[in-house]
Amino acid sequence: MSLLQINEVTHSYGSRTVFNWKDRSKNILSDISLSIEEGTCLGLLGSSGAGKSTLGRVILGLERPQYGQVLFQGHDIYTADKQIRQKIRRDLQAVFQDSYSSVNPRMTAERIIAEPLENYEKLTVAEQKRTVIELLERVGLSEADLKKYPNQFSGGQLQRINIARAISLKPKLIVLDESVSSLDMVTQTLILELLKELKANFGLSYLFITHDIKAAYTISDRLGVLEKGKLVELYDEKKQFFTSEHPVANELRDSMLAEHPRFRSVRRA
Amino acid sequence: MITSIRRIFISQKVIPICSVILGILFIITMLAPWIAPNDPIAVNLAFKLQPPSWEFPLGTDHLGRCNLSRLLYGGRISLGFAMLIFISSLTIGLMIGTFSGYKGGFVDQVLMRFCDGVMAFPSLILILGLVGIFGPGLPQVILALMLVQWVYYARMFRGMVLSLKEQNFIAAAKISGSSQWKIIRNHIVPNVLPPLVVMGTLEMGWAIMDISAMSFLGLGVQPPTPEWGAMIHEGKSYIRTNPELMLYPGLMIMLVIVTFNLLGEALSERYGVKRRS
Repeated sequence: MSLLQINEVTHSYGSRTVFNWKDRSKNILSDISLSIEEGTCLGLLGSSGAGKSTLGRVILGLERPQYGQVLFQGHDIYTADKQIRQKIRRDLQAVFQDSYSSVNPRMTAERIIAEPLENYEKLTVAEQKRTVIELLERVGLSEADLKKYPNQFSGGQLQRINIARAISLKPKLIVLDESVSSLDMVTQTLILELLKELKANFGLSYLFITHDIKAAYTISDRLGVLEKGKLVELYDEKKQFFTSEHPVANELRDSMLAEHPRFRSVRRA
Repeated sequence: MITSIRRIFISQKVIPICSVILGILFIITMLAPWIAPNDPIAVNLAFKLQPPSWEFPLGTDHLGRCNLSRLLYGGRISLGFAMLIFISSLTIGLMIGTFSGYKGGFVDQVLMRFCDGVMAFPSLILILGLVGIFGPGLPQVILALMLVQWVYYARMFRGMVLSLKEQNFIAAAKISGSSQWKIIRNHIVPNVLPPLVVMGTLEMGWAIMDISAMSFLGLGVQPPTPEWGAMIHEGKSYIRTNPELMLYPGLMIMLVIVTFNLLGEALSERYGVKRRS
């Protein structure tokens, strides 16, 4: 049994009002099926508007798809009863792109990281504080940051706090929705290393959603390409991406910056 | 010219000056029972329409009651009940607006169309109508004001909640396993409260105005209880001989409302909060 399995998911947005009750205009996701095994990372590539983030939200249980199933550890996360849902929720965490808007500006780092712990672990105040400090150290921050507010951190540090919150319950799957895209190159590399390390230590699985091929290639075991809401390619070996002849794969590949600008290869037709 | 006047009023000093004026007014009206020189409702026709004296610092009215004492006691009612109306309609508005915005969908549509309906009327007309139904009296006026005012707060809070709801930290809280109630309490309410201070000062001015207007029309505070609007109403028969009977309460209302409005305007300028239209 796969850790996560989604079957034929189709979803669209439409504004529903009193006057226009059934407006279901365009498909954001159509007929997507994929699975993630335990301890692996699936990289999901696609340009803007391909439906990557929506797929992430659907998998996280934030956006119920109109058709299709999302099975996490064998349970449908939208139809399972409340207790099971609450239980599987714990093993399914996320880190979003914008680290600033992912944290409540009126909470200290300690409270931000402790939120999942409050909900699932019945810890005493001292235990909880110790756990939070451990988590902070794990992501390369220190005890001194406990009482700081989000505006006192840099984007990279905040993203570490988001990661600390996501790993606080030792989940099985983390959805990384463009988690490193807004960071500078150095920070990006550091965070990617951190994620790889966590994956190796805890046997974590990731769904790595990004438009950044290099980042996806570094961390993923398998790669998928999303285009206009369809999963057009899925490679079991990430190397296959570089030999694929699919036009979308070509396009993505060509948009990569060359290692050295002067030797940039001629754009394929 | 207008911009330069505006600049004077919205300068740095407006906030402290207005705060001090309001603070003093608030304290002296709340201390009225201890500092008022005379009983505000004691009628003594032998002393009617007296000029200012040591015993009656602002003179007496047509029933021989001390004007200063009545002003102080009247302020208690105006300021106190304006605060009550503000807090209660704010609470209702906060609850309904937050609920409506967070829930969305059909519930939201129904509640907001109702608010639109209420807002379509000028609020004073609606309050007058409601008081007409409930009958005159201070509790009825307060009830009517509450029933009308919460709509504006609900609309405002709903808008703020809508934009907050799309923030990632709400999604992150859901993913963290927080319940709906916990999300509203910990993440939504603390983020919609700050503009309240600003709104509060603007709304207090309105509430005082409304209470006084109702009392002036004879619908609010009933005699002999002193209240600024009611005092203007009672004094209007003596406008030719003793205009000060209307002048004192009128000046008080003006002072309070202008101060509240200047303060609110300055605060909203500084903190970038929009006032209600």
